Amino acid sequence: MAIVGSLASARGARRSSRMARREALWGFACASPWLVGFVVFTAGPMLSSIVLSLTSWDLITPLHFVWFQNYRTLVAGDATVWHSLAVTSFYAVLAVPLNTACGLALAILLNQQIKLQRLIRTVFYLPSVVSGVAVALLWEWIFSPDFGVLNALLGYVGIKGPAWLADPRTVIFAFVIMSLWGVGSGMIIYLAGLQGIPTDLYEAAQVDGAGSVRQFWQITVPMLSPVIFFNVIIGIIGALQTFTQAFIMTNGGPNDASLFFMLYLYRNAFQYFKMGYASALAWVLFIYIMLLTLLVIRSSAVWVYYEGRTRGR
Amino acid sequence: MATEARPFRVERSRQVSLWQSKRAMNALRLTLVYVALAIGAIFVCIPFVWMLSTSFKDEGAVFLYPPQWLPQPFVPENYVQALTVLPFALFFRNTLITTLVPLLGALLSGSLVAYSFARLRWPGRDVCFLTVLATLMLPEQVTMIPRFILFRELGWLNTFLPLIVPPYFALGAFNVFLLRQFFMTISTETDDAARIDGAGVLGIYWRIILPLSKPALAAVAIFVFKGHWDDFLGPLIYLNSQENFTLALGLRAFQGEFATDWNLLMAASLVVMLPVLLLFFFLQRYFIQGVVFTGIK
Repeated sequence: MAIVGSLASARGARRSSRMARREALWGFACASPWLVGFVVFTAGPMLSSIVLSLTSWDLITPLHFVWFQNYRTLVAGDATVWHSLAVTSFYAVLAVPLNTACGLALAILLNQQIKLQRLIRTVFYLPSVVSGVAVALLWEWIFSPDFGVLNALLGYVGIKGPAWLADPRTVIFAFVIMSLWGVGSGMIIYLAGLQGIPTDLYEAAQVDGAGSVRQFWQITVPMLSPVIFFNVIIGIIGALQTFTQAFIMTNGGPNDASLFFMLYLYRNAFQYFKMGYASALAWVLFIYIMLLTLLVIRSSAVWVYYEGRTRGR
Repeated sequence: MATEARPFRVERSRQVSLWQSKRAMNALRLTLVYVALAIGAIFVCIPFVWMLSTSFKDEGAVFLYPPQWLPQPFVPENYVQALTVLPFALFFRNTLITTLVPLLGALLSGSLVAYSFARLRWPGRDVCFLTVLATLMLPEQVTMIPRFILFRELGWLNTFLPLIVPPYFALGAFNVFLLRQFFMTISTETDDAARIDGAGVLGIYWRIILPLSKPALAAVAIFVFKGHWDDFLGPLIYLNSQENFTLALGLRAFQGEFATDWNLLMAASLVVMLPVLLLFFFLQRYFIQGVVFTGIK
């Protein structure tokens, strides 16, 4: 963390300790909203969540400790946990790489010398501006098997479209297609990254006779890899927390085929009122997200290239 | 073609034809780029067009196959009906409260804490900042249930308080991080000059740092606005009587009652989306700046 404390040492020595103490007091005062908020709304709840996950509590009858019973149940006694984890992972495995690839491809297309660049950029970014229930309803209508626009378009070219949200085999694909609609937010970030790559790299490569495919793999991808890395991590976290779409569009159906993990967690907490068990589920999700993130971070040593590193920064 | 190396003398005519074929290749490539972009743009636009078109159809035209793109008959009354069967004006007011009150809190507390991290020296500061960064990774689900129990104990269920109080405690780690990084780029010389003029710690924050950070504050404001406007899980957990519903909850209730009246559902959805879309059109620069800023740093 090079940024931390960079300005701390410079003039400090000459200042009297009284002034330093005053500044420290002001520092605490200004940071106090976060200090209080962190204890009350983050650290405290995290600790209580651990304790809660060892109990059985329905909010009404007295809480009692069951120790590791919740964890034993979710590992061995509740197949739905594994099913929903599989559903969520399947979605993430499809959505994250596809979104990355499409976002990158769009950014590269837009980075050519084309007319109306700003307008086209705005058009592609527009869907990522909207989200939530309204978007979920819109896509539910788009995926309507008999009257939706998607199957109508497929019908124009002679394809009989599937039932999408009503068919357990296609429902996750429908959610992936819907996620691709929001590809613009990634595109904007990649586009900015592309514009930060010095053009002399490409010129040098051209002199050396490298074609555009080689330039892509040997210049664009390495130079953009820190940005891709950041987006992949954010994408994984977001995909594993999918909730609103599933809640509104399918409510986990058909036949639990879109029972995302968060949906199952929500049901346990706020429909079955199993606060202890739901807390244990939350920790499972947290650990799963952490493991995947660590995996990506570990792998990043191989594929993420930081320009600063070679200069020994 | 300044970059082309020319170690040998090439005949002029050959050079020209090479140049011409290169130009043809370029034109072909650009055409392909435009075609690809056009296909993508159609994919992006169709849902909006479809929503708009459906919202003006009458009940019969909604279920026509092949679908009608231009509604016949044209029924703008859908909007009146969609927005009056449920008290959408009330939902709109509630959403404004649960969006603007947190917005103010997130801006004030986020910038003050970020200022402390960026400009003031106090023991434990760097550890605290690293903790902020760590909470970026923390999914809210882990704290969701204990927070619910806490607010229940406080008697805050079915009030706006669980939605509007926490933002005043700088809990948006992303906002604090973004603002702190931005404040770090402001030269400390301005601070020193103001200090000589007699400005205190808060004076520098209010009169120097905040006015210089408008782009970053705008970006944060947009993220917070959008996040709260679209938020569904929070209101779903905390609000249960209809007079407290936000637009997101109202839409869901609407869906429950008018499950197949897609023309009304689309009209209501479009109205709910509209403020964010308008905000985007007016503040496009800040939107994109903000996304880029958080994505690249």
